[in-house]
Amino acid sequence: MTARIEIRPEVCTGCGVCVSACPFGAISLVDGIATVSDACTLCGACEASCPFSAIIIRRDKEKADDLGSWSGILVYAEQREGKVDHSALELLGAARSLSEAEGGAVSAALFTDDGSEACRQLVEHGADRVFLAESPALHHYSTEPSTRLLLAAVRRARPSVVLAAATTTGRDLMPRVAKVLCTGLTADCTGLEYDPVKNLLLQTRPAFGGNIMATIVCERTRPQMATVRPRVMKALAPDPSRRGEIIDLRPSPADLESRARLREFIPLEEGAADIAEAQVIVSGGRGLKSGENFRMLDELASLLGGSVGASRAAVDSGWMPYPHQVGQTGKTVQPKIYLACGISGAVQHRVGMQSSDRIYAVNRDPTAPIFGFCDEGFVADLFELLPALAREIRRRRG
Amino acid sequence: MRILAALKQVPDTSEVRIDPERGTLIRDGVPSIMNPFDAYALEEGLRWRDALGGEVIAITMGPPQAEAILREAISMGADSAILLSDRSFAGADTWATSHTLAAAVRKIGGIDLVLTGKQAIDGDTAQTGPGIAASLDWPQLTFVGKVREIADSVIVAERDVEGGVEIVECPLPAVISILKDANSPRMPSLRGKMKARSAVITCWGRADLGLTEEETGLDGSPTRVVRIATPEARSGGAVHTGTADEMAVVLADLLLGKEAGR
Repeated sequence: MTARIEIRPEVCTGCGVCVSACPFGAISLVDGIATVSDACTLCGACEASCPFSAIIIRRDKEKADDLGSWSGILVYAEQREGKVDHSALELLGAARSLSEAEGGAVSAALFTDDGSEACRQLVEHGADRVFLAESPALHHYSTEPSTRLLLAAVRRARPSVVLAAATTTGRDLMPRVAKVLCTGLTADCTGLEYDPVKNLLLQTRPAFGGNIMATIVCERTRPQMATVRPRVMKALAPDPSRRGEIIDLRPSPADLESRARLREFIPLEEGAADIAEAQVIVSGGRGLKSGENFRMLDELASLLGGSVGASRAAVDSGWMPYPHQVGQTGKTVQPKIYLACGISGAVQHRVGMQSSDRIYAVNRDPTAPIFGFCDEGFVADLFELLPALAREIRRRRG
Repeated sequence: MRILAALKQVPDTSEVRIDPERGTLIRDGVPSIMNPFDAYALEEGLRWRDALGGEVIAITMGPPQAEAILREAISMGADSAILLSDRSFAGADTWATSHTLAAAVRKIGGIDLVLTGKQAIDGDTAQTGPGIAASLDWPQLTFVGKVREIADSVIVAERDVEGGVEIVECPLPAVISILKDANSPRMPSLRGKMKARSAVITCWGRADLGLTEEETGLDGSPTRVVRIATPEARSGGAVHTGTADEMAVVLADLLLGKEAGR
């Protein structure tokens, strides 16, 4: 018996709330009764919206599994060049607060070539246990060894929840592990809560380009897996008195085999900090008029200790390379300060930067959409204002 | 080379508007499009087919109307197309979607390379590509900004990751997810459009793939959406005008903090 959606015609009042609640435009009113088309994905938005409980999605009976035997939270601790990535400390902070409701231990999984210093750091930031795999082959992340080792850690820990950062690494690794474990994975969460009564992790994430927030659960299977957007959760202050257990996963040569082979790693050039990690972004759009003019932004960014971003228009014109593109088909950024220069603020750009703490905009056109959602706007010719701003910043710094 | 381009039909999210009173999505008149990232995956497949010979098969899972993006793919140059459509596929999350697509890869047989876009613009998960690779136990290269070389059943590609670029080589068959940077998708040709109009698109349902109801659609999906809300809308703040020097002072205050040596 497959899942299906039912409308109870005797209860439906034809109020139409479900019609606008449906993200897929699958509901219409026919003769005053809600009617569902083939576009329905059974997402459940209408069921939740109906004031009269006239919509029912019939799901199969859940298997009475031994879900209760899974307990605790396991954090995949990403490392680069042997250093624990800050995202791992943020996840441990989140895991500690979730564990108050969840009740189990907080563990970390660390795969590296030399883990002694990193293990200490993970314990100080909240890990009760570290599942450690050490080998020179683990110096740089690769998909297959990390998949096998994370599976091994999950089988040892039997955690209720597995978290990883929503970085390229976390987003490469976690879907592979979740598929093998036949369990659910929610991408790029910005909110996590634990419901101790239902024993469920409530995972909230933006969807439809940030236009809606969806809360997702994994009811029938364990572990409940999520990738979490970096810089959203807060790391705890390190506590040197904390003690934790180190469990050696003892990777075998077979565990470390990989069909893909890293030939070379080319680090970003000095100063070209990754915009996804930047605290300050000075970003330019069509209004910059040329690639040459992005030097003004380079200068401002270096004065402010930030990085340079670009709109799609600027990248498509060849003024800036693609890794700098912010927006729907570029990167999603969330710096403390986003300074948009000569960017109109089309929705495709907006969805990539609207989670910034503060947004400031410079644009000549007072009707530019960006003035509708920035915190402070400046109607100005950027070719006058930006040099004046650079002078002012230099003057203040003497 | 037998290349499979896995595509998704999505609502054009840039056209999605919020009803400010109800806080819900307005979908009236929102067009359905080929996921923009998938166009880069398809283009990459077409280029390597053109260089090395072989075929590009476009595939999608979705309702019958998703056939539109398959015809678009043929008009761009795909050799054939397969629609995976079945009532029991509805409500699939990324686990069930990748499971179903992997079953299709097995049924087609002989695939050397599965190409996907980096992620879809409606769900933004980037999970389906790795899910397909895991189902097939194939290697995967995600977030590929450039395919450098395909020769002797080995692909060499550049992965854009935090802090730099990885140059990785990997034996085929493999699953690759492609970034926008990789290429510029071609426009449909007139001949392609004519071919697309008359092309017969293979349609497979659940039974054709030998899958059970428990592993497809909503039943096969471990995750479930329990709540949808609209995020707090950002509203515009103060808008400043004046001379450049006046505004530079205000902006410097905001950027540096007022105390910073005014």
